Amino acid sequence: MSKLKELGNDLYSGKVSYDFVGRRKLWYSIAIAVVFLSILAPVVKGGFNFGIEFRGGSEFRIDGVSSLSQSLARDAVQSVEPGVEPLITTVGLDSVRVQTEQLDDVTSEEMRIALASAYQVDSSLVTSSFIGANWGADVTEKALIGLMVFLVLVSLFMALYFRTIKMSLAALVALLHDMVLTLGIYALSGFEITPAAVIGFLTILGYSLYDTVVIFDRIRENTLDVEFSETKTFSSQVNMAINQTIVRSVNTSIVGVLPIASILFIGAVILGTGTLRDISLALFVGVVVGTYSSVFLAGPLYAHLREGEAKFTSEKVTAKI
Amino acid sequence: MSASNNVKSARKSLTWLLVIILGLTGLIAVGSLSDENASFTPKLALDLQGGTQVILSPLLLDGQAVTSEQLDQAVSIIRQRVDASGVSESQVTTQGDRNIIVSIPGVPDENTLALIKASAKLEFRAVLVTSAGAPSSSIDGGDQAVDGGNTDGSAPDEQAPNVPNASPTDPSDLNWVSPELQAEFDALDCASSFREPGQVDDPTVPLITCDVTGTQKFILGPVEVEGANISDASNGTVQSQTGASTNTWAVNLDFDSLGSQAFADVTQRLFPLAAPRNQFAITLDGFVITAPATQAVITNGSAQITGNFDRDSSKVLADQLKYGSLPIGFEVQSQENISASLGSEQLTNGIIAAVIGMILVIAYSVFQYRGLAIVTLGSLIVFAILVYLVVAFLSWRQGFRLSLAGVTGLIVSIGITVDSFIVFFERVRDEIREGRPLETAVENGWRKGIRTILASDMVSFTAAVTLFLLTVGNVRGFAFTLGLTTLIDLIVVVLFTYPLLQLLARTRFFSSGHPWSGFDSKSLKASGYVGRGEFRVSESLASGKADKASKEAEKRQTIAERKAQAAIADAQRKSEN
Repeated sequence: MSKLKELGNDLYSGKVSYDFVGRRKLWYSIAIAVVFLSILAPVVKGGFNFGIEFRGGSEFRIDGVSSLSQSLARDAVQSVEPGVEPLITTVGLDSVRVQTEQLDDVTSEEMRIALASAYQVDSSLVTSSFIGANWGADVTEKALIGLMVFLVLVSLFMALYFRTIKMSLAALVALLHDMVLTLGIYALSGFEITPAAVIGFLTILGYSLYDTVVIFDRIRENTLDVEFSETKTFSSQVNMAINQTIVRSVNTSIVGVLPIASILFIGAVILGTGTLRDISLALFVGVVVGTYSSVFLAGPLYAHLREGEAKFTSEKVTAKI
Repeated sequence: MSASNNVKSARKSLTWLLVIILGLTGLIAVGSLSDENASFTPKLALDLQGGTQVILSPLLLDGQAVTSEQLDQAVSIIRQRVDASGVSESQVTTQGDRNIIVSIPGVPDENTLALIKASAKLEFRAVLVTSAGAPSSSIDGGDQAVDGGNTDGSAPDEQAPNVPNASPTDPSDLNWVSPELQAEFDALDCASSFREPGQVDDPTVPLITCDVTGTQKFILGPVEVEGANISDASNGTVQSQTGASTNTWAVNLDFDSLGSQAFADVTQRLFPLAAPRNQFAITLDGFVITAPATQAVITNGSAQITGNFDRDSSKVLADQLKYGSLPIGFEVQSQENISASLGSEQLTNGIIAAVIGMILVIAYSVFQYRGLAIVTLGSLIVFAILVYLVVAFLSWRQGFRLSLAGVTGLIVSIGITVDSFIVFFERVRDEIREGRPLETAVENGWRKGIRTILASDMVSFTAAVTLFLLTVGNVRGFAFTLGLTTLIDLIVVVLFTYPLLQLLARTRFFSSGHPWSGFDSKSLKASGYVGRGEFRVSESLASGKADKASKEAEKRQTIAERKAQAAIADAQRKSEN
């Protein structure tokens, strides 16, 4: 019936086996190239496009308006500064608050007048001020500390659970790869980095490690007795584990991507912009890359790190005698 | 485990799940009758529902300016205070060069406003003189009550710039009380507004003030211990001497080493003195909260403040003290409703996306796992019910609010949840490929699968807990959602997916390996095939490995044991040859 299931059988028994570990030089090269491009992207594009939540911006407040329509403000803002996507909120019963990226004094004055005429109020009723970042430096600092502590804890956990620090190492390298790549795509696409995008980014971080652990657990199982075996090599067992879990990896990434793709589609195509799009782009890229790196990077790298160990090589030498 | 035992344990698990669901429903239902905050509809965050924008402006004396460092520090402290009261993802930011905007979902009550704006400067001073809160001289008391020391129209000068009679030797020395100070104290009427809001007192000279209720007035010595020396603060009820908890709420303080030493010195000095000089006063923003008599010399650096507290006000003070006092006092300049920054269409579309996503996931699941999709569907429904109930429960108890980012997080968690099922199903399929009957395959697959599920969920959970404890704002909200869905994922897999599969494994449709069951024995069994030796797991080895792996889940073999086993296996192989 299902081709994939047959493939699953063959992968399980070893009838079909993709050589993930053996071709690791190819995967390493791809990873290095992609990471290099991802680092290059923000340099070429002139950095990331941070949202006003991070940088602060200009705030306008229009009092005594008769219409609370948000599109009036959006049109007025874009007539002065095309391409700026303002955050519009109604305040109280007859005021509208418009937040934009930081504008210089001249533009800010133009904006004030444009908003006043859009809402048909006297320009003295439009006040402008500068607002600070509500995602302040203190939030970022705490988030980074939290992240570091998490990475240390999770490395310790993996080292204890798998009884080898090399699994933590391989998983962290794969994680780094995923993060740099996602950031690179943000720089390349010019999508705004908003708090929602950061949240998406953190989700990927968790997902990437999660996905790696699932494969590593199978590797752990397959390599339990490899040092006593005459026929199996460490790398071949790792490769077999990756092959045996490949159906699961494919299924999981499809299942993970489907809801995200539907958010991305609705967010980007139907709504055009907004939080939904910001967060789902990060997630979409992250899940695909996270799955890829677990299979093609973390597994082969782990085999690479371990196969040189004396107990695996010496056993084979004695076995040959 | 025998088959009937499996059924028993499966039924037990499902019963537990039912108990959890009904329990949560019951709690919320009962709560919604007695508490207006409880409801079956989860509360929404600022971006989806709007809320209140409070603009705070600093209380400054003439000519005083607020620096941007002070403003940033204030923003950071206010953010922590707001976060401490729940996971509501409030926004705190600066406006211009002096104001702070706090946007919180819903309408803030008196306690929340106090939590945000009070500078919360806590000081410990020795009591020198105390009397009832009215002016002391009964003859001209009426006049002074009206004047309240405000005859010159300026802010009353409660500080004592006067030179003391003789140099005081310690902070409890009555020589601090000069005649001028005494006269000012006599004239003070606690009913008048005798303090400027945000007034800053000189910590090195005595202070004349009243308690918060205005019934008692005090002359206090210089500051001896400051709130900055508090390392931790919490609220709780006072324990009676028998250890039973009373109805009195208190704030418990722990001092850092400097504070502990200073506090020990104070209590040591005050203990032998006569009343009222054996009292020390704890002032908050210049008002005395409490002035207990020293009962013992306290050297362990812990103190308890009692006063006119209830549960909420003691929590507010504890949170204020924990995160430090603001460098400047603030007053509420304006308080207005703000609309949601994201239209309701965003939420609707998010939900539509979630539904489409779920349908796609189920469709794919049917394509891949056939009849097993029923298990996936059922598990996802249980997952959705549990998430909904827990979110509703926590938005009542913990002030949790769903933002659009939170909703997205929940949608994404569908993927990770289904992965648990996939890991489990694939393990069961592997067991069937080894030629085991379905019931055994489910048991063996579960033993191996749950290990993987636990290990990988542990990673997510570590992320959630670490980020929740160490971060603020949106990141904290995210961590909360992540932790929540990870736990619920585990509950669903253990209490629903596994027992359901145990029961289904006994039905003819599944156990006979019907082509549509997802465990089609014909398509799964790697029958008759002899693969390349180096990759093929030989039958005997495979079963040995399976046994070993399941044993290994309970206890790890020592290297010696493994070597011994390998040696036996080797010997057998050689004898066969």
